[in-house]
Amino acid sequence: MFVKEGIIASPGIVIAKALVYEKIQVEVNKSKIEDAEAEIVKFQNALKKSHEQLETIRAKAVSELGAEEGAIFEAHAMVLDDPEFVEGVELEINDNHLSADHAVKIVTDRFYEIFDQMDDPYFSARAADIKDVGTRVLHNILGIVQADLSQLDDDVIIIADDLTPSDTAQMDKKRVMGFATNIGSRTSHTAIMARSLEIPAVLGLGDITETVKSGDLMVVDGLTGKVCVNPTKEQLKSYENEKLKYQNYLKELEELKDLDAVTLDGRKVELVGNIGEPNDVAGVLKNGGVGVGLYRTEFLYMNSEVMPSEEKQFAAYRSVLEAFPDGPVIIRTLDIGGDKKLPYLPMDEELNPFLGLRAIRLCFKEIGLFKIQLRAILRASVYGHAHIMFPMISSITEVRQAKTILLDCMKELDEEQLPYDKAVKVGVMIEIPSAAIAADIISKEVDFFSIGTNDLCQYTLAVDRMNQDVSYLYDPFNPAILRLIKQVTATSKDNFFTGMCGEMAGDPLAAILLLGLGLYEFSMSALSIPQIKKIIRSVRYEDAKKIAQAALDMETGEEIMDFVKDSMKKLNLNI
Amino acid sequence: MVKKEVTVLNATGLHARPASMFVQTAGKFKSKIFVIKEGNSINAKSIMGIMAGGISQGTTVEIQAEGDDEAEAVDALVQLINDKFGE
Repeated sequence: MFVKEGIIASPGIVIAKALVYEKIQVEVNKSKIEDAEAEIVKFQNALKKSHEQLETIRAKAVSELGAEEGAIFEAHAMVLDDPEFVEGVELEINDNHLSADHAVKIVTDRFYEIFDQMDDPYFSARAADIKDVGTRVLHNILGIVQADLSQLDDDVIIIADDLTPSDTAQMDKKRVMGFATNIGSRTSHTAIMARSLEIPAVLGLGDITETVKSGDLMVVDGLTGKVCVNPTKEQLKSYENEKLKYQNYLKELEELKDLDAVTLDGRKVELVGNIGEPNDVAGVLKNGGVGVGLYRTEFLYMNSEVMPSEEKQFAAYRSVLEAFPDGPVIIRTLDIGGDKKLPYLPMDEELNPFLGLRAIRLCFKEIGLFKIQLRAILRASVYGHAHIMFPMISSITEVRQAKTILLDCMKELDEEQLPYDKAVKVGVMIEIPSAAIAADIISKEVDFFSIGTNDLCQYTLAVDRMNQDVSYLYDPFNPAILRLIKQVTATSKDNFFTGMCGEMAGDPLAAILLLGLGLYEFSMSALSIPQIKKIIRSVRYEDAKKIAQAALDMETGEEIMDFVKDSMKKLNLNI
Repeated sequence: MVKKEVTVLNATGLHARPASMFVQTAGKFKSKIFVIKEGNSINAKSIMGIMAGGISQGTTVEIQAEGDDEAEAVDALVQLINDKFGE
């Protein structure tokens, strides 16, 4: 038995036998050839055969997976017809006396590298297509037949180094229950395929093809990103349990997805998702989130070798805004520093990084960088309901300073005659105790608040929850935290709302308390949305207010937690 | 030979769908057709060449064609770009 952890690519839990799908390593003939004409004929025949195969696969893909998947193979066929490819190979054969296989490999690799080096995800995906086509032609020249996955006798989990569109298209979809691969990311073909087939997948496992044998019983847990090979009886039981829980969740999701988050007595709140990149939008929509309550833009910066340009940021923000034509999208400006660093932005070592140069403070120091982001957000704002949120605000002075810079950006755009939403909403993240205590003052300058409970707890309770010796002190139910939240939600005026984007907002035990404290917007990881919605829809706002009021008078977090559990039991809410 | 300068206007440039529309249109003509970007000449019938060309919004390129249907080819491709690929 052993467990390995990889990248979550598609959710769900599956228990089945492993099938190791090994790619044949191709050796090309590197010696100089004499009969160029014969090599050209070999190449032409392989092209013809590849065309025929692609047509068969395309038809299968269209009927089993839809037109979009079929289009991949049309694109492959275009590569076979591409004059740069065909003439490039023929040139290598005629002028450099290479074998047909060697020439195909060299030309394919050349194009692969060009596309692979572009930082646009669309082009990286095309690099994989080119490799896939090149390998197909190469196999046809050399007469290699790849293992056949189109007729399987048993339900299996496919174990591979990586899977290409050609591999997945020919698979027996009724029998393939999950994927586990050595390489890959959330945006690679294997991940996209797994999500569209709705089967669990864990990728980036490093050496899973070396450590698993065909026929081993294994679990792919696409919820935690773990795979378990030859599980013990207890493990198997626990995974079966988790699987059942997930199936119940899916059922619940189906029932709740399109319903409002409204209490029995008619108080409507907003459930939205936390995202790190535009790809995460799909999960929010699928779980019934009506918008985005926290777009962590730092991933755009952290996943890049260079400072992301205004255009690149604009495209990312626009795509998220367009996904929610009716709902809000709260874009948090760069929150870097503390434990998050950028390779291209040198920062001094600090004695106390969490109390130092981070988030808005860093943006004030690097105004050029800050303005690029604000301009990108403003330009994208015409595509939806953009909300700009400043992190790490400690006083109204910082809000005014940030708004002055925002105004400068607006003036620039006016001069350049570029459109933006002049009524774009501006808000702050409440995560420093001083901002919570002075919420009524700060509210004068903004349209919304979003409480960041993770940092608010850390700063209020003076505890680093990553430090195991003191993490027991980290408690969002601590009366001091609840009182601060109450102080923030008490700030109310026309056209103003208070939300929360910390982990507490997705905690089922906290939902009634937060509702009762007057929170309007709950932003959480997409998977938590259905459960919180279910709780909101099962209580009366009046009862929630009473529960919250009683909790505010209690002495310890433990007492409050027990009281909440008890109250939920009385309301017949099982979590 | 016929040639014409044109600026790419659609938001994504010659990327993804526009690139394949462009190459498919070029493929309908017998003439040899090239896209000249900053002195580099790219075969207009090559999807890989066009996509690797990095022709983004705002780039000005020259379309050159030589052959029996050179005028029609340049017109068709320039029009496709000016129509923003139907975006």
